[in-house]
Amino acid sequence: MKFNSSCIEEFKDIWVFCEQRHGQMMNTNYELISEGRKLADERGSKLIGVILGHNIAHLGKELGGYGADKVIICDDENLKEYTTDAYAKVFCDVVMDKKPEVVLIGASNIGRDLAPRCAARLHTGLTADCTHLDIDMNNYVDFIETSSTLDLSKTKFKMEDTNLKMTRPAFGGHLMATIICPRFRPCMSTVRPGVMKKGEFSEEKAKACEVETYPVSLCEDDLQTKVLEVVKEAKQIVDLIGAEVIVSVGRGISKDIEKGIELAKELADAFGGGVVGGSRAVVDSGWLSADHQVGQTGKTVHPKVYVALGISGAIQHKAGMQDSELIIAINKDEKAPIFDCADFGISGDLFKIVPMMIENIKEVKNNK
Amino acid sequence: MRIYVCVKQVPDTSGKVAVNPDGTLNRGSMSTIINPDDMIAIEQALKLKDELGCGVTAITMGPPQAEKMLREILAMGADDGVLISSREFGGSDTFATSQIIAAAITHLGISDEDIIFCGRQAIDGDTAQVGPQIAEKLNIPQVTYAATIKKEDKKLAIKRMLEDGYMMVEVKTPCLITCVKEDNILPRYMTINGIMECYKKPLTVLDFEALKEEPLIDIDTIGLKGSPTNIFKSFTPPQKGVGIMLEGDGKEAVAQLTSKLEKLHVI
Amino acid sequence: MDFSLTREQEMIKRLAGQFAQEVLEPVAADVDIDHTFPVDNFKKMADIGFTGIGVPKEYGGSGGGALEEVLAVSEFAKKCMSSAAILSIHLIAPHAIYKFGNEEQKQKFLPRLTKGGSLGAFALTEPNAGSDAGAAKTTAILDPGTNEYVLNGTKCFISGGSRADILLIFALTQPEKGLKGMSAIIVEKGTPGFSIGKVESKMGLSGSETAELIFEDCRVPVSNLLGKEGQGFKIAMQALDGARIGTGAQGVGVAEGALELSVKYTKERVQFGKPIGALQGIQWYIADMATKTEAAKALVYFAAYLKDADKPHTTEAAMCKLNAAENARFVTNLALQIHGGYGYMKDYPLERMYRDAKITEIYEGTSEIHKVVIARAVMK
Repeated sequence: MKFNSSCIEEFKDIWVFCEQRHGQMMNTNYELISEGRKLADERGSKLIGVILGHNIAHLGKELGGYGADKVIICDDENLKEYTTDAYAKVFCDVVMDKKPEVVLIGASNIGRDLAPRCAARLHTGLTADCTHLDIDMNNYVDFIETSSTLDLSKTKFKMEDTNLKMTRPAFGGHLMATIICPRFRPCMSTVRPGVMKKGEFSEEKAKACEVETYPVSLCEDDLQTKVLEVVKEAKQIVDLIGAEVIVSVGRGISKDIEKGIELAKELADAFGGGVVGGSRAVVDSGWLSADHQVGQTGKTVHPKVYVALGISGAIQHKAGMQDSELIIAINKDEKAPIFDCADFGISGDLFKIVPMMIENIKEVKNNK
Repeated sequence: MRIYVCVKQVPDTSGKVAVNPDGTLNRGSMSTIINPDDMIAIEQALKLKDELGCGVTAITMGPPQAEKMLREILAMGADDGVLISSREFGGSDTFATSQIIAAAITHLGISDEDIIFCGRQAIDGDTAQVGPQIAEKLNIPQVTYAATIKKEDKKLAIKRMLEDGYMMVEVKTPCLITCVKEDNILPRYMTINGIMECYKKPLTVLDFEALKEEPLIDIDTIGLKGSPTNIFKSFTPPQKGVGIMLEGDGKEAVAQLTSKLEKLHVI
Repeated sequence: MDFSLTREQEMIKRLAGQFAQEVLEPVAADVDIDHTFPVDNFKKMADIGFTGIGVPKEYGGSGGGALEEVLAVSEFAKKCMSSAAILSIHLIAPHAIYKFGNEEQKQKFLPRLTKGGSLGAFALTEPNAGSDAGAAKTTAILDPGTNEYVLNGTKCFISGGSRADILLIFALTQPEKGLKGMSAIIVEKGTPGFSIGKVESKMGLSGSETAELIFEDCRVPVSNLLGKEGQGFKIAMQALDGARIGTGAQGVGVAEGALELSVKYTKERVQFGKPIGALQGIQWYIADMATKTEAAKALVYFAAYLKDADKPHTTEAAMCKLNAAENARFVTNLALQIHGGYGYMKDYPLERMYRDAKITEIYEGTSEIHKVVIARAVMK
């Protein structure tokens, strides 16, 4: 029977596409499996992880430890390196065969390449960069009540609605939108790394996880792209996503760029270790490379402490850091928008303020 | 050989964002710009044009005022512009949009050596979906997150960025490439000569009538009604509570800050 | 009467504004402090085609005319007066060569000036000949044996003089005839006998290097004579008509820039519990600044329109420059005042704009000379 994405009743189960690179599982997989477990429980269906690659069968059980009922392995030489052609074909083959109701994919550079291609091929809807997912309407209503300024007293919700409600930021986070895909399946969603919480690992569950090997059919003609080489940059990875402390610099360091970046590093160290980030202006001017960029077109971060030095706080920067636990802003201009989202702000010359901060913090630490 | 560059006119979110009382964006109050990632795509296309002498077509789906943006791109060096605009196309999600753009490109013609450039994502939607979905509809290979592109005979050698490094990928044309900023690709300015010529260069408007015979255009799969995804609810998140500005001269303010951080066990 | 800009003019204005904001503004303060000519930025201006405005495409130019020049120069002036002056003064040479040069000269010099990145300069002033151009003493005596003009003399206060590649030197080929014996001669940088003297330290306009030019038996081929012998003063006066409109544009631009900053500041600066923009006194200042600047702009645009329409425009050019220059001083002074203490600090651009604005009342003809020109025309 030909695959028809509008025959909704035929689709069942929550799937998570689990990305691996050279045998290493991406951290997001565990976050999405944990989230998927919650959704599967709400829906009363199964949670299944899917891994594509070569010589990756051993990676399956671990997903069970985080809550997967089953893992499907697609193992083939042609899947060793990621290519859109091979991965899209194989993943769509499995989806069309088994018909999952929901597919979650981590929004890595690769996930964001694969997901839209598959959604188009499957003729279904895809929502990118979701920050919150609900199936159960009760849970969704609770979420809306606490996270929005909407007056829900007059709204009627269909409580039996089991569509996946995918909430994501738009316009740089200024607006939140909940998207649904009511007429097609699978309902697809990508989720950024670090957004969902990784659950507890259970050795017992891992052992009990079922692993199925799915036959892969790929031939030469399927592959239009060839990977010539994969290069890991020798330079230090700027791990903004994993950082607990981020000290970012903006245009305000222009009068002494080197010193500004140095101060940011020192301040991050004073806090016990952190990563230096930058606004788009700083990256565009070439003062920091693109992997330091925090913001709408850079990375979205949720560190414990975010310090913004000489950053004005335009909406597209705020979008990338406004959910940080504690935000400290230093800017010469007391009217800078960054102060609207900062917990603590100091209006002054960062080149004078930051050295004082470093000294004070070191002193407090020494006294302990 | 022809290069298509897909571009989008977006609200300028680097300034103040105005919101209507009902929570929706007040697009009218914001100035429009060419989507930043698309500027990279345009630059990559024009660089290849400088090297190879091929034609560059700028294509956009949008309201009539998007023509001004196409003229700007013509003033940068593109050869002709295509505006896809029609009431029937309004409200399309990425799936429907990519279908319409793919139909337009099919209508204009795509040959073996052609390349389609897109920006990675637009700053209003942030989905990064339209590029790959156009490629799927046209049944051509895609390479996303492309930083450098070199033409070698009938193939392209592309540096494709990963989070911690990159891949060198070889792909046959025709293909679709989405571009990211990397390696000091600086979008060029318009030139005065370019401005003087841009209104003389051809600009075609494709509406529903012009495209309705294309197989990819099906009234049930375009526009708001045809889109697989719909907006269920949109809302503004409550603003993070206004914080405290620490007063006093530098020394005092820093002392206050340190003491607060200590109390919060941050340090 | 249609006051609107054409589509292309709108785009040029926007391009110039973008360029001023993204390229000129970030280094404007440094250019002022370092007192050096922004070489890279001038090259970028050439790449985009600003340096070819007013010259047709066949000579490498960008087309357009006086109004396009006004739009570009005033957008530059909002952010960096030095850059605006550099462009405006550079354009004098290619415009004069296009108007008065023979085909050979146009082919030889124009492409370099329009898109080749060569800087042009205009050298009329001498230590004893400012407003009184007729007191100029630099000579260019023909040596019939070698078919060369031999230049001797000194020019001073020449904008861009130390950096210019192609200079228009006004010298006496027939000294006994005085002004009627003045000719315009094209001299290239590096010509033996032509050296740069002092580079002046000025109150403002620091990026435009103002230099002394020294000619000691400087030999230049006869083919470098622009127009005819004795036509020099006429060429200079016509060139100045265009330059005056350019200077008017500089004045309008710096005033607009200062006004924009002031409006922003009056919204942000809170004293006595409210933004200072709520005070009527401040509002009246802003109203005056805005009205006078709008009027100055209208007159500059009008003079440009007349020039582009090939109508007589000497009087209007003088009027627009006189008016825009005085307004520039008025507006930048008030803008600095509105900013209070911050206006006086080098952290803010107001004091630089104040210092830069002053030159517009002096160069390309002092305000006093302009009044003479205008009175003469009106009282005929």
